[in-house]
Amino acid sequence: MNPPTAAATIRHNTDGWRCEGDWTLDGIETLDRSLQDMHWPVGELQLDGSGIQAIDTTGALQLLSFIAGLEQAGHPVQLTGLRTEHQALLDLVCERLATAGSVTAPPPTLNSLERLGRPVVFHAIRAIEFLAFIGEAAVALGRLALRPSRFRWRALLGNLEAAGVNALPIIALLSFMMGIVIAYQGGQQLKSYGANIFIVELVSLTMLRELAPLITAIIVAGRTGSAYTAQIGTMQITEEVDALRTIGIPPMDLLVLPKLLALAIVLPLLTVFADALSVFGGMVMAQTMLDVSAGDFLDRFPQVVTPISFLIGVGKAPVFAAIIALVGCYQGFQVRGGADSVGRQTTVSVVQSIFLVIAADALFSVILGGVGLWR
Amino acid sequence: MAVDTAETVIAVRELRTQFGATLIHDHLDLDIQRGEIVALVGGSGSGKTTLLRAIIMLLKPTAGSIRLFEQEIIGIGENAAFRLRRRFGMLFQQGALFSSLTVRENVAVPLREHTRLPLQQIAEIADLKIALAGLPADAGDKLPRQLSGGMLKRAALARALALDPALLFLDEPTAGLDPVSAGAFDELVVQLKQSLGLTVVMVTHDLDTLWSATDRVAFLGEQRVIGYAPMRELTQAEHPLIQAYFEGPRGRAARGQVCTVK
Repeated sequence: MNPPTAAATIRHNTDGWRCEGDWTLDGIETLDRSLQDMHWPVGELQLDGSGIQAIDTTGALQLLSFIAGLEQAGHPVQLTGLRTEHQALLDLVCERLATAGSVTAPPPTLNSLERLGRPVVFHAIRAIEFLAFIGEAAVALGRLALRPSRFRWRALLGNLEAAGVNALPIIALLSFMMGIVIAYQGGQQLKSYGANIFIVELVSLTMLRELAPLITAIIVAGRTGSAYTAQIGTMQITEEVDALRTIGIPPMDLLVLPKLLALAIVLPLLTVFADALSVFGGMVMAQTMLDVSAGDFLDRFPQVVTPISFLIGVGKAPVFAAIIALVGCYQGFQVRGGADSVGRQTTVSVVQSIFLVIAADALFSVILGGVGLWR
Repeated sequence: MAVDTAETVIAVRELRTQFGATLIHDHLDLDIQRGEIVALVGGSGSGKTTLLRAIIMLLKPTAGSIRLFEQEIIGIGENAAFRLRRRFGMLFQQGALFSSLTVRENVAVPLREHTRLPLQQIAEIADLKIALAGLPADAGDKLPRQLSGGMLKRAALARALALDPALLFLDEPTAGLDPVSAGAFDELVVQLKQSLGLTVVMVTHDLDTLWSATDRVAFLGEQRVIGYAPMRELTQAEHPLIQAYFEGPRGRAARGQVCTVK
């Protein structure tokens, strides 16, 4: 077991001042307070070190800075009687202390204009870099179109499974619940007008046009976009990305294009899946709350839902997919340094892709409304 | 050699480590005395790092006994393990410095965790450890990614020394360093051992380190320690694995250098 530690002290006895106890990390924790209450005589001070039981580098540092403090206050100190090995350690610490750094003053705080300007410039540069990245991806895609044999099918298939098949359960559950919620909230209003049957329009149009593509994209951004950033970011840190370049495999071809294409294929399919499950959720709710039977619901469904509504919803999905994949990959390549950077860029990736997906969705609404496709 | 009177810091008995069907150690015994620099060597996959990880409680062996400072660590309680961890430092192969913290903050982490010293004093202690590890004064404010390989190892050493441990573990301390840095690192370890009275256990493949820095070398093979002696004696051992390890062209070259220097 640990030997018991005797606290480091300095005592005054008939011969003078004497250091005692363990001048070690354990022993010095209580030292500071006791030294502050000490009254030192005027003039030179004889300090007897022979009572020191043990000393380590921390204790030596403490002893030296204590002596330095005394000398500054006008008490020259003579340290005597140290054991040879303690003296050797003290000398080593003294010598190394001469080269030691110290906490530098924190950099001056920026004035408010500079605090505003720096992030603006930073984000402007990032935005331009992102545009350049999109351009590079487009060029790589063009190269691929010329030589499709070089495409990495295996990577594509892996991504299809990870981003698509494995996401089915969570998408099923969430879109089913979304359908229930919309039907429940809207149904309350319809019921008070006796317009129960309009639940079909309400659920189908909301889901097919807006909510199913949006929910799916948000889930995929959280699930897959973050995974893309973390994977590429970690490869960036372990120099795997550089290794790919050295071997002659453009990281764009192996890491970005298969992900981009896989998501562009998978997200529309997931959206159709979410469409079906959310309408099913609405149908269940219509039957239990509004007495609209499944038969009535399915009869009315093709009458009120035009293929255009369905196609607009599914048509947004590839755009969302491109946003998620490109943001995810781009943020992955932005990782520098270590683990904390991976975490930071992954957060940025998810926030940015969800933001851009919703912004794109709003843009779609405006444009489609403008060309008269609002129904 | 005063082996009989010296205190045993680490005592491993009948150790058995198994991953699935792979047997790493079987009936492994090893004693390490206070104040010695001991190296663990052996071919790749002979379980050197695994043994080190078992001793520092990162890995639970299948069976056997490990006593650290005369305390059994197999089945040790959380609190006892915490107190014991304060008494040794570990230098990981890749440094394992926390990437979001500066070097000074990295060295301060164990101090803040294990002591109640004021932050100002912790910073001073950290600066001293950084200087003890042979880093220049401006290194404390740098982030790990701004350091070269050799400086990274030194910064990691400073963190391992933060609590003034009696026992220091080094995993491949000189791997990836240039010969000058590697030599300087060996010297530093020997100097620290002499002035701080450290016991050092290291895993290494560096033959120059083995010749110049170690007091004893434990050779791992056939799931146990097949040779444990000072380097000069160990290279004379008859065991074919040891022969093969030290009698390669590199092994002879490293020994030749030392012999001509001495």
